[in-house]
Amino acid sequence: MDKLIGQAGIWLLAMLVAIAGVAAAQDSGFAIHMGVFATAAAIALIFALRKADYKQLASGKPAPAPDQSLYDDEPIRWGIIATVFWGMAGFLAGLVIALQLTFPDLNFAPYLNFGRLRPLHTSAVIFAFGGNALIATSFYVVQRTCRARLALPGLARFVFWGYQVFIVLAATGYLLGITQGKEYAEPEWYTDWWLTIVWVCYLLVFGGTLLKRKEPHIYVANWFYLSFILTVAMLHLVNNIDIPVSFTGSHSVPFFGGVQGALVQWWYGHNAVGFFLTAGFLAMMYYFVPKQAQRPVYSYRLSIIHFWALIFLYIWAGPHHLHYTALPDWAQTLGMVFSVMLWMPSWGGMINGLMTLNGAWDKLRTDPILKLMVTSIAFYGMSTFEGPMMSIKFVNSLSHYTDWTIGHVHSGALGWNGMVTFGAIYYLVPRLWGRPQMYSLRMINWHFWTATIGIVFYAASMWVAGLMQGFMWREYGADGYLVNSFADTVARMHPMYLARAFGGVLYLTGACFMVWNVWMTIAGKQRDEEPMFSPEFNPAADHPLPAAA
Amino acid sequence: MTSTSSMLTRHQRIERNVTLLGVLAFLAVIVGGIVEITPLFWIDNTIEKVKGVRPYTPLELAGRDIYVREGCYLCHSQMIRPFRDEVERYGHYSLAAESMYDHPFQWGSKRTGPDLARVGGRYSDEWHVQHLSNPRALVPESVMPRYAFLAENDLKVPDIKAELKAMAMVGVPYTKEQLDKAADDLKLQADPNGSASDLQKRYPKAQVRDFDGKPGRLTEMDALVAYLQVLGTMVDVDSAAAQEALAQEKGR
Repeated sequence: MDKLIGQAGIWLLAMLVAIAGVAAAQDSGFAIHMGVFATAAAIALIFALRKADYKQLASGKPAPAPDQSLYDDEPIRWGIIATVFWGMAGFLAGLVIALQLTFPDLNFAPYLNFGRLRPLHTSAVIFAFGGNALIATSFYVVQRTCRARLALPGLARFVFWGYQVFIVLAATGYLLGITQGKEYAEPEWYTDWWLTIVWVCYLLVFGGTLLKRKEPHIYVANWFYLSFILTVAMLHLVNNIDIPVSFTGSHSVPFFGGVQGALVQWWYGHNAVGFFLTAGFLAMMYYFVPKQAQRPVYSYRLSIIHFWALIFLYIWAGPHHLHYTALPDWAQTLGMVFSVMLWMPSWGGMINGLMTLNGAWDKLRTDPILKLMVTSIAFYGMSTFEGPMMSIKFVNSLSHYTDWTIGHVHSGALGWNGMVTFGAIYYLVPRLWGRPQMYSLRMINWHFWTATIGIVFYAASMWVAGLMQGFMWREYGADGYLVNSFADTVARMHPMYLARAFGGVLYLTGACFMVWNVWMTIAGKQRDEEPMFSPEFNPAADHPLPAAA
Repeated sequence: MTSTSSMLTRHQRIERNVTLLGVLAFLAVIVGGIVEITPLFWIDNTIEKVKGVRPYTPLELAGRDIYVREGCYLCHSQMIRPFRDEVERYGHYSLAAESMYDHPFQWGSKRTGPDLARVGGRYSDEWHVQHLSNPRALVPESVMPRYAFLAENDLKVPDIKAELKAMAMVGVPYTKEQLDKAADDLKLQADPNGSASDLQKRYPKAQVRDFDGKPGRLTEMDALVAYLQVLGTMVDVDSAAAQEALAQEKGR
């Protein structure tokens, strides 16, 4: 009873504070956001009051403890649906901004201009799609590998819903023009504070489950998840230190500025890639690839070396985003050297993932889920080679500021993060909803091919675009003057942008197959289709050749 | 063989202890940041000493907030690298001092459009207003969105003094006089009848005029154009004194 009153009291208080925030707001954006908070708190209050078992409370007996012999999969089911939903939103936003660069009349001022939609796209894909995938899979993996039910079930549900509130605040903020103006760290101070609370709860749930584990050893996937949660907390807190102009307004002033601000931001920005999009997703690889291939991880020793080397080296790589800028040379060079060194542990992870298929390579012919996973590891390998190469100052002098960087990011995001997540979703959905298998394996195969061809269009067009931009900007004629005006280079980008948008259409189409497939699987349907692989046998031809006539 | 197996044995201790694993992982990830970032706060030559850099005027700051709000930094850099083609295209390479009062920094990471670090004074106010309103009217190849609405929106800053105060708290040297006159200065700078010499007492070289071609109104366009017109103009990078100071710079 006390617990119910306490919970309801917290939500009521939160709602009242948010309503007061609406009333006192200095700008309309802050008022809208406090309205979002108040609505979320009101919904939480209603649910807290309605789901309470009053009969049991009236009886005065303590509530029955949850059955510890069962895994707690409810928040994971929500998380998978959220991953699919936000994935579609993020891919669609990406296609829209790709088309805006191709046909600028598709900008609709002020809310749907490129400058406001671009952070919506990056945050939707990284934090909404990727973040939900990470939270859901980490809750799944930590329970299975610890052989223990999720710790702090109420808090786990708060983590899920709190994170969705963060996403809604961030996304609506971009459209309203509420931003700190730092890439991948755009949300304003109150959204940052909210995420901090959610993230600490996430650490408690994850760490708590590790503590109650029944297995003596902590499995390697959990090392990666733990380092991802800890490091993202550190990066988020340091990069978002700021002074709110007013506690009833949406605007704040970042503590770090100028050259220090630039390095703190890219220390954050690069390790958002390093820990959010790499360490966390490597954790997914370390659980789902061995499971799907039904083979043990290739090398235990390699996983130890590559884990410690990866997390130690990644943090240093940030300055390669600031080559030849006003950042001191020593910091640039240090960043470059560590970026090149980072190639080794990255490929250690790739080798460990790929070699896990030793003895199971034939399954690629019949199992499109494994095909998605293996291709994602291959893209991980390609991106983690391309990255160190681009971090070399000589290469960077050409590639920086161009679309080559965009191509590089997307071979990682679409190829590595996207495909390993799709593989995990296809692995999880039948298990979480108690279905024998996905609705259609052939549809997964279609997803695989549309996505792969989409990435090829994307990466190839951006390589050409980036190199072309870089070379055109620095091209000198025999007369000793620059050959191209900036506008000339923009005009030449059009066909490349068109090809990139086409790649995006293909990738989005593949994701639509996934939505349909997941939907039908949850609905309990099975598609009547030919199996992926069945050797042909013709009994009529199965006889010795007769003598020639 | 013995050495590798003992490594594995020792690592088993970490694998069996959440706290140990967490602490060691955290130690591994803080080293790089400490070594790379903290020296920037005390190594003397991180920011070269050049004359002319001053805090933004209230109107320029309001324009800068609009620049950030609209996500301009996603397509325009403000960081000219020391290459011949960039210096010829955009002007002298950017100095750390020129963005020392930028919270947040706006160096950018992508040039879908050209660099803007020294765009101040390169085009007329009218050009900027027309270009922002309809970029393709002036540059047919442009893929920039239209920002005509800026000229329609009255400039609304909830509390400019509080914003300057917040900037002062993070180290931008606004004086008490600048803080006290912030609200007046915001209006003064875009007032066609305003006194330039008055504003220049507090903000040297500040430009006072109507920026958006609508003398009676203070719009968001006024603020943004005022900001664009000050970019890269504070330091006279080609002056003899500046060149001499730069020649003595080491480590960059």
